[in-house]
Amino acid sequence: MLLVVLEHDRGSMDEAAREALTFGRGLATQMGVPLHGALIGADNAELVSEAGAYGAEAVYTVAHEVLADFGPEAWGETAAELVRRLNPEAVLAGGSERGNEIMAQVAARLDLPLVANCIEVQPDNGAGEWTMTRQQWGGSLLEDARLDSERPLLTTGLHAVAAERAESPVEPTVEAVVVELDQSLARTMVKDRVVLEAGVTLSTAPVVIGGGRGVGSPEAFAPLEELAAMLGGRVGCSRAVTNNGWRPHSDQVGQTGTRITPEIYIASGISGAIQHWVGAKASKHILAINIDPEANMVVKADWAVIADLHEMIPAITEEIKRRRA
Amino acid sequence: MRILCCVKRVAAPGAKINVTDDGLAVDATHLGFATSPHEECGVEEAVQLTERHGGEVTVLTLGPPEAADQLRYAASVGAHHGVLVATDGSAWDPQRTAAALTEAIQDLEADDGPFDLLVFGNESADSGGFQVGVRVAYALGRPIVNGIKGIEVDSETDGGVVRARREIDGGFEVYELPMPAAVGVKEGLNLPRYPTMRGRLASKKLEVAEVASGAEPGGQSLVRLHRPREAVTETVVLGNGPEAAPAVVDVLEELGVL
Repeated sequence: MLLVVLEHDRGSMDEAAREALTFGRGLATQMGVPLHGALIGADNAELVSEAGAYGAEAVYTVAHEVLADFGPEAWGETAAELVRRLNPEAVLAGGSERGNEIMAQVAARLDLPLVANCIEVQPDNGAGEWTMTRQQWGGSLLEDARLDSERPLLTTGLHAVAAERAESPVEPTVEAVVVELDQSLARTMVKDRVVLEAGVTLSTAPVVIGGGRGVGSPEAFAPLEELAAMLGGRVGCSRAVTNNGWRPHSDQVGQTGTRITPEIYIASGISGAIQHWVGAKASKHILAINIDPEANMVVKADWAVIADLHEMIPAITEEIKRRRA
Repeated sequence: MRILCCVKRVAAPGAKINVTDDGLAVDATHLGFATSPHEECGVEEAVQLTERHGGEVTVLTLGPPEAADQLRYAASVGAHHGVLVATDGSAWDPQRTAAALTEAIQDLEADDGPFDLLVFGNESADSGGFQVGVRVAYALGRPIVNGIKGIEVDSETDGGVVRARREIDGGFEVYELPMPAAVGVKEGLNLPRYPTMRGRLASKKLEVAEVASGAEPGGQSLVRLHRPREAVTETVVLGNGPEAAPAVVDVLEELGVL
């Protein structure tokens, strides 16, 4: 069996978990084994049929006092215990921050190798060695790797596969597994949550208006804010902008910031260094605004306007106002 | 406070990353090297914590002899000690790296007592294995949480507590780790300072302690690096200057985001 550890936050499945199930379906077929899912923690009853919609034939649920909220050590120990008991041929999770963290805990606890951010995997089918292609540099570089392990532990590259439901959904069998967990594992459980903003965020916004070094100052982001607000979107920025202290780091699109997936990303005054491109490339469409027609961002965009963003952004805002009037 | 910070020397990429002819490393001829960004913030945070609470920062790296440059850089912004686990320059897999770092930390702690806080980068900028810090913390029995972008130390409560913030969509989570603890940090934790002239001079005097490791390779091995096939995009230029605004809004209308 191929076991997928399903990341969710208090009952809402993470997109990375759907991606892992989608990837796992293909891998399980290659391995000739069934696809199963693990749901750890409270509030996961409704996720069982969602796991089935993505092809999981069986789901193991584990509830416990120390799993009341997310905690990497308790979740990791639980997943490790499921592996010890169920003996899956391989274990997979999504390549989100939590997905990678849980699998690192599993790997440490079982003293097994973990290959993170895989985009292609060839199981060995008995020959002793698996091979895979994984992402380095956030996906700007690929690594062909070999894995010598009795039980491969893997995560998928974030947004490297698109989540797709199975052609024929199944209603999974459910097994509630009772696991003994030491109270001390609660030491890394979430203690509190602070909500700073409701509504769309950079990672969920349908439109992102990006600004780079070319914007020039913190104040000059105001027209970008206005356009973003009109489109129900958010403002993002490049690393040069956060390094200058013009915007908070939570606005950064990039390898060390947020990986965005909007319907359209309007990148203005952004040259498109590797670090930024990694965070932007999962956008469904990209429109670049730049004075340099040779800029990396322009060359990689679906549409481009060769213009000064300080003139262009207000012109777009005016045109929208005119059409809406 | 005694803080240990692990850093990695990585190539400093711009628009394109090239691979050496044998496919085993990044060709850094035109790139130069830097400290992996998450860890650069880790060093800054460690220095700030000792400025507030007193104590010393030890920076540990595993890499070729040239990785001593990254230890010196850390010293130039306020770190006190530097330790290098020397390799032949080949890429070590995550299990082997974690085993070597664990061993080095145990040796340092045997001499001078436990570190109150171990700081790791959430993942290295280059190989991005997402696991070395977790493996080391587990081997040493320390609590660890990744994705940390805010740290406060409260030495009054129950023998010391690290309050750590992790960014989530639209806000943050708070964790409270009993010390001695470990964290995996991310860029955005702070804005790292630049070295001062005095810092640079001081860093030249840093005595880098070099240790060897007998850690055995783990199960994952590198076959070759290659650049992804880039989808060739036919960029449609909608125009030059603000006159192109109607064409842009047409696109937005077509996509249904208006």
